[in-house]
Formats: sequence, C-alpha cells, structure tokens
Amino acid sequence: MTITVNGVDRPGRPGLTVAALVAELDLQPRGIAVAVDGEVVRRSEWASTAVPDRARVDVVTAMQGG
Amino acid sequence: MGDSSGLVLDGVTLSSRLVLGTGGAANLAILQAAVRASGTELVTVAMRRVPADGGGGLLDVLSECGVRLLPNTAGCHTAREALLTARLGREALGTHWVKLEVIADDRTLLPDVVELLEAAEALVREGFVVLPYTSDDPIVAQRLVDVGCAAVMPLGSPIGSGMGIRNPHAIELIRELVDVPVVLDAGIGTASDAALAMELGCDAVLLATAVMRSEDPVRMARAMRSAVEGGHLARGAGRVPLRRMARASSPTTGLVGA
Repeated sequence: MTITVNGVDRPGRPGLTVAALVAELDLQPRGIAVAVDGEVVRRSEWASTAVPDRARVDVVTAMQGG
Repeated sequence: MGDSSGLVLDGVTLSSRLVLGTGGAANLAILQAAVRASGTELVTVAMRRVPADGGGGLLDVLSECGVRLLPNTAGCHTAREALLTARLGREALGTHWVKLEVIADDRTLLPDVVELLEAAEALVREGFVVLPYTSDDPIVAQRLVDVGCAAVMPLGSPIGSGMGIRNPHAIELIRELVDVPVVLDAGIGTASDAALAMELGCDAVLLATAVMRSEDPVRMARAMRSAVEGGHLARGAGRVPLRRMARASSPTTGLVGA
C-alpha cells in the first residue's frame, strides 16, 4: 500500500487511521488540519477515519502570510 | 462600519482598526515585536503543508500576543482550491473567519472576481464569516455583500507593490455603496497611504509588506498604528472644504500702518 502525504509517497497499511498517521509523522496535533482526497477530516474523526490505499493526504498548518 | 470605538466584524468589536498580515517578517522575534507595536488585534496567516520540521513557533508567538487569527486562502487560483483551504483553516485554527483570496495569476496577484464570488457564496452557505480580498470595483463589492460577505476588502494597488491607493474615488464609492465594513487591503506603502484609506471612509486597513519588509518593522508598525488612528479621527472630524483661493486665518483688520 502506498499513500501520498503532502506530495511525498510513503507506505500505508491496512487499518491506518488519520490519528495514527499524524502520530507517525511526529506532528503536534494543535494547529494542524488534515484532508484526505480533498475532504477535510474533522479532528474528532481522526481516530475513526481510515487512510485508504493510494490516498492523497494533505496536512496543513498556519504559516506566516499576508 | 461600526461605531467610532472600533471595527465590528461578526458582532466582535476590535478596538484596533489595523489588521496585520504576518508574511515577510525576517524572523519570529521581529514579527512578534511588530505585532505588539502595531496594536493590532487580528492577524492573517497562510495555510500551507506542514514542513518536515513541523513548522514550529508561529502559533505560539502569535498566541503570546493575544491576537485573533485570520486564516487566508492566499495562493488559491480557483474557487475549489479556496474552499478546501478555507475549510482546512477553520479546522486547524478553530475559527470560522476567513480572508478569502482567489487570485488570477502569480504576476499581478489580482483577484479573479468570478471565482471569488463563487467561493464567497459557497463559504457563506457553510457558515463562514467571509472577508474577501477584492478589486476596487464598487459593483463587485456590492455583489460580494449580496452573497453575504461580512466585509469587503478592496485593494489599493497590487499586493506587495507599495503603490498606495491608485483609485481613491473607487474606494470612496465602495464605502458609500455597501453597508458592511470596508477594509483597504493591499498596496499600502507607507503611513500616508494608510491615513488616506481611513480618510476616504474605510473602516480598517490590512497590510503586511509595508511593515514587515520595511527597514525597521517595529517603527513602521507604530507609524501605521498612528496613521490609521489619525486618518480615522480626521474622517470623523469632518475636514474643511477644498477652496481654489486662499482664506486668511489671521484677522484681516487692525493691521499695523493701515
């Protein structure tokens, strides 16, 4: 299984949840948001939402900007 | 519009009429000092993919300043991109306010008002408080208000250009035609531009480059704070009418040697 996270391919696995992925990426959950295949996954649903094979995942946060 | 005590957005009163963009600061310490010196209560941030190092620090720095965050959709070229970015900003930062920006191309960074209107309408339906960065076209501003935007934010001149307000008449006209706050956004170069925006009747000014890329961002932040306050006071005070000829301000009688 392969998924794409912020444009970079990485291995996925059956049953991988958004919450587990965020933990694997070693990110602080505060101030970030996740979209899977263009749909935002609410924080409250991270633990129950699977990341399917070939999913395009975007993990975003606030950066300096006008 | 709001009363003279502050800028009212979505029922929230901000006592500062200066909204600060956070882009362009050389480092977070300068950013924090400039935010504090500006007196702003609302700052914009961009939503971007998390860098490998986690991107750290910005939210902590802004949180210490006690300011509200306004996520933007900068860099989006289509309504579709802007909708996803707005939804991500809401989720990441826990605010339903969004500075909606849909640009036509990367050279001019001018708004694509067709995509902008479509995105604005959709986001209003989703419960967002939509603050759109738009052109200085009064009719487009009216259309944005018609679809439910909480303010309109016309440009003075292109983003980052520092060319000031190229069409003051259009900005004045927008102020007359809409009944939501008007925030002059983009193009401010120096303090007199910000004062002019307020004298034209704008309810607030949004700027980033003019402060963050100046030689002394903290001093310029103070200058912008004073300019916005000064311009707003002058607008409320009612300026003297323009006259073609002089009008003496000293007594015209009792002259020595008469």
